[in-house]
Amino acid sequence: MLKPRILILHASGTNRDRETAWACELAGGNPEIVHVHQLRRGERRLADYQMVIIPGGFSYGDALGAGKVLSLDLSHYLKDELTAFIAAGKPVLGICNGFQALLKSGFLPGDAGLGPATLTFNASGHFECRWVTLLPDPRSPCVFTRGIQEPIVCPVAHGEGRFISDRVPALEARGLVALRYAQEDGTPAGGRYPANPNGSEGDIAGICNPAGNVLGLMPHPEDHIVRYQHPRWPHDGRGGLGLQIFINGVRYAAEM
Amino acid sequence: MYYRITIQPNGRVHTHRARDLIHDARSLGITGLRDVRFQTLYFIRGNLQPSQLDLLCTSLLADPVIETATWQYIAGPSPHPTPRGDGWVVEVGLHPGVTDPVAHQVVKVAGEIWDITDIEVATGQRYELIGDLREADVHLLAQKLLSNPTIQHYYLGEMTPAFIHTAEASDEALEIPLEGLSDEELLAISRQRLLALNLEEMRAIRDYFAGLGRAPTDLELETLAQTWSEHCVHKTFKALIEFEDEAGQRRLIDGLLRSTIRAATEAVGKPWVRSAFVDNAGIIDFDDEYEVSFKVETHNHPSALEPFGGANTGVGGVVRDIIGVSARPIAVTDVLCFGPQDLPMEEVPAGSLHPRRIQAGVISGIEDYGNKLGLPTVSGAILYDKSYTANPLVYVGCVGIAPKGRHRRQAQPGDRIVVIGGRTGRDGLHGATFSSEALTHETGQVAGTAVQIGDPIVEKDVMEVVCLARDRGLYNAITDCGAGGLSSAVGEMGQHTGARVQLERVPLKYPGLKPWEIWLSEAQERMVLAVPPAKWPELERLCRDWGVEATDIGEFTDTGRLVVRYGEKVVGDISMEFLHHGLPRRRLQAIWRGRRPVHPTSSTPALPPQQALPALLAHPSIASKEDTIRRYDHEVGGGTIIKPLVGVRDDGPSDAVVLKPLMTWKHTRGLVLSLGINPQIGKIDPYAMAISCVDEAVRNAVAVGADPDTIALLDNFCWGSPGRPEELGRLVRAAEGCRDAALAYQAPFISGKDSLNNEYIGPDGRPTPIPGTLLISAVSIIPDIAGAVTMALKSPGNLLFIVGETRRELAGSHYALLTGTDGAGEPPGLPPRGLERYRAVHRAMRAGLVRACHDLSEGGLAVAAAEMCIAGRLGLELDLDALPVEGILTVEERLFSESNGRLLVEVAPENRQAFLELLAGHPAAEIGRVKEDGRLVIRCCRQELVNLTVEELWRYWRGAAC
Repeated sequence: MLKPRILILHASGTNRDRETAWACELAGGNPEIVHVHQLRRGERRLADYQMVIIPGGFSYGDALGAGKVLSLDLSHYLKDELTAFIAAGKPVLGICNGFQALLKSGFLPGDAGLGPATLTFNASGHFECRWVTLLPDPRSPCVFTRGIQEPIVCPVAHGEGRFISDRVPALEARGLVALRYAQEDGTPAGGRYPANPNGSEGDIAGICNPAGNVLGLMPHPEDHIVRYQHPRWPHDGRGGLGLQIFINGVRYAAEM
Repeated sequence: MYYRITIQPNGRVHTHRARDLIHDARSLGITGLRDVRFQTLYFIRGNLQPSQLDLLCTSLLADPVIETATWQYIAGPSPHPTPRGDGWVVEVGLHPGVTDPVAHQVVKVAGEIWDITDIEVATGQRYELIGDLREADVHLLAQKLLSNPTIQHYYLGEMTPAFIHTAEASDEALEIPLEGLSDEELLAISRQRLLALNLEEMRAIRDYFAGLGRAPTDLELETLAQTWSEHCVHKTFKALIEFEDEAGQRRLIDGLLRSTIRAATEAVGKPWVRSAFVDNAGIIDFDDEYEVSFKVETHNHPSALEPFGGANTGVGGVVRDIIGVSARPIAVTDVLCFGPQDLPMEEVPAGSLHPRRIQAGVISGIEDYGNKLGLPTVSGAILYDKSYTANPLVYVGCVGIAPKGRHRRQAQPGDRIVVIGGRTGRDGLHGATFSSEALTHETGQVAGTAVQIGDPIVEKDVMEVVCLARDRGLYNAITDCGAGGLSSAVGEMGQHTGARVQLERVPLKYPGLKPWEIWLSEAQERMVLAVPPAKWPELERLCRDWGVEATDIGEFTDTGRLVVRYGEKVVGDISMEFLHHGLPRRRLQAIWRGRRPVHPTSSTPALPPQQALPALLAHPSIASKEDTIRRYDHEVGGGTIIKPLVGVRDDGPSDAVVLKPLMTWKHTRGLVLSLGINPQIGKIDPYAMAISCVDEAVRNAVAVGADPDTIALLDNFCWGSPGRPEELGRLVRAAEGCRDAALAYQAPFISGKDSLNNEYIGPDGRPTPIPGTLLISAVSIIPDIAGAVTMALKSPGNLLFIVGETRRELAGSHYALLTGTDGAGEPPGLPPRGLERYRAVHRAMRAGLVRACHDLSEGGLAVAAAEMCIAGRLGLELDLDALPVEGILTVEERLFSESNGRLLVEVAPENRQAFLELLAGHPAAEIGRVKEDGRLVIRCCRQELVNLTVEELWRYWRGAAC
């Protein structure tokens, strides 16, 4: 079987693209980091790929709000291509800055009736880097979290990750809250810091669209793909690899 | 006339900003402030339709879920301030010309996406201060908390935005006649133009131009001043020094750097050193494929005046040093020294910011730049001492990785001079000379342009482009635009060839700069490349693809001259020979009168250990730095294997970090970053400080698993004025300590930097120097990351060993600080056979015998043991009767002495014998056992000295009152 081609979008200020590419390789994909300028100039076309990842970083310096200017790239220059890509059921993953851009451009939640939502400044008022525990919702249609039983453990590193929406109950009811912040023992964070690191409503760490092929999340599963990245590996801490999200995405893309 | 747009939060999201501001207002003595409301302001000048303004408001400037935006047309100047019913309004904007990345993005996006062109944008902040406030209170709040006059201005009431006043381009170059001037007049010119040149240097310049039969231009004079500045050329470390020691013996030191630090590197002769003291950074081998570079810089003076911008551009600058050796930056380090955070406002010296504000700004500045570049900030320290109040220290470092043999170093005649990255503005003029002088109570006003704000995203793009250009062989040489701007960069690169520059081609942020301003500007995020003409089209295309501006501004020649033109007009023409070798060598006096006498033991009041340990844990320099560490992204890159925070709750203080660079996972080797710093010992004896810092950096590396035979060192001296013989004598002592310790550990120095004249001169004219402070940074190799060890206790029942002897070395210790004395006995010395000892510990680690390992440093044995308990949330039972000691030690000396060369090591009982065999011949003793009961109990001579729960230890360490 050919490895699915994965486009990893790079805009000015993107910075977790290289480790995301490595995660894709370990998951069995064939990643390529593509600059948004290359897409705008038509040198690359989304249709030639089986999966798209918008990775973390500070696109355009996060001027005017995290991911805001990148969201304008998505909703102006790439609107038709990305809309068609998603409509075709192909998987799209937005991590951190990528989640912010997908949300602010309306590709998430991807249904006008479920929006709008935003990601804004952490309740603490500042950037924070710490490891968190994520509980996948087994009822979610999300293709990336499908079948993941154990909590995922990975770091957050953001200043604007607080999920705010009027429609949290509706998102929950439809199973679109694919990932929630949890205590280390897997019980809900219940809004409590630091398990919920940013004050997100409903402990929301990631949401998907109703079709389940677009996922956005604030934490960084690409930073926990081998055991020695786990903060407690010297204490025999293990498991909860974020790699599974990429494996699921790649597997799904391969089946397309 | 312009449009004013106000972004109003809709109250749905609350942060702690108002609470923090009210708290800070109280520390200023303002108790009437009850609440603060924040709004963001945008000002747009240009021809806009209402529909376009609505579009910008809803689609760009406001987040519709949490904010609303309103716009209004402002025809004339704003109305004067009036107190509102229950409070006041303060609005703050940037001075014209200060880098404003947000305004820049608004212009760019409006033009690209909606075709809204020909607009100018400025930003501002609005504060509605609610409460019972007098007008004087509001001014004080605005000056001390809401704005910084170095880069901003404030208004009571509605502000008037400062759009840049555009001016005509100018080729003006003033001639500055020097011929026939008296010594007094020469010095006056040096002072007035902020040249920081002494009389001998001014005379040399006068004579050079007399020989040419003409007067220097302003551009030439400024070029020489920058190139000859302490900051750029390190005159003190190269000077001829007449040194007199405490016995009155005199000797001549022929270049301090050459005779101490570089001499050690040469004597050690490690084959894995690829570049030491030659490039912008030190370079060592990492594996068969890659080399690793490391550089540490300081940005003290800018951070004193504008903490955010100073630290921000400090990171930007050191990262460019790494880009300047053609490497990809992979990590940032930071070590900070501040005044006490609780210093009463009335004790803040005139013209200085409060240490709290300096700390907050510096940390935000590092956070902003490092995080946005996507570099993990992994290794650091924060120290507090009253003597850093007016002159904080900000050390920033950067580590890079590059494929071997790709860094090209020599510009060729005919190569194009290409500047890439940010545009040039008036920012940072006189940075190099400014940082080579002392700070005074007026520096903030005079040196305003020397401080800048960075734009990290521009540098991020430059970083990507340079890595690609390197791999495609598109340049023959590269260097960063740092101190001295283009003048230093082009002058340095063309040193062995010659260069011709057309200044009118340099892209500017705004027109109207004079030629010397363009040439000297220290605008951030610029690199200069020497590009063969045949490669220029490819580089130009690459830069365009990545959105990086690249401009051909001239060519390298074979004339041996630096010729600078603006259009047709020659505005500078100096020989490279004079520029680089015309600086008269300084001859300096140094005197060392001996170690500061310390109080005898008998007069030192003893503090009961049960009280001293909590007080030490709560000491700001020792207490947890978790809140700061988490402000930095230390995970990006996915290579932080041993993190700055370790243990079962991710909050223990790691001795060092282990990094695994991306793309190197096919083998097991990793990089170790560690450091050593201890100004308290330096106050007693700078020599003892230097060896202690080297030992600490080495043992921290060994503690996590580094091979002690792979350690490379960097030195960074921050010192007072070397013009005073005593101050210089202390510097000589420190440099000699560096040499001796490097020889003892066979660890070469690969890079270093000195920042002198770190003193504050108050209104009374009296200088207050900082205590001479040396930072030693180390980079080393761990053969297998899976064998890395952390300092957290692992399992109850395991044994605790101490390696190394404890001596009567309380002088300069943190225990001595507590008792308000210098401490008794001696400052720490070098351990005998230290390298063999660390090799033995490393062998035990390689054999898998070590479960945890922690270095003993600030606070000695007691603090180290407490930290291991905190990190592992396990107890320890220690008996100090078996402690290996030298001489007869008091209980305090056993617990708190800061002797070098010591490690605490956790070993499983079944490995006891094997461990002792590997340590045979070295002082090593079993002193206790790991316990499940969560208590730290320390006994000696059948007496219980300490009995505290781990929970209590943790609370003190987190800053709870003792």
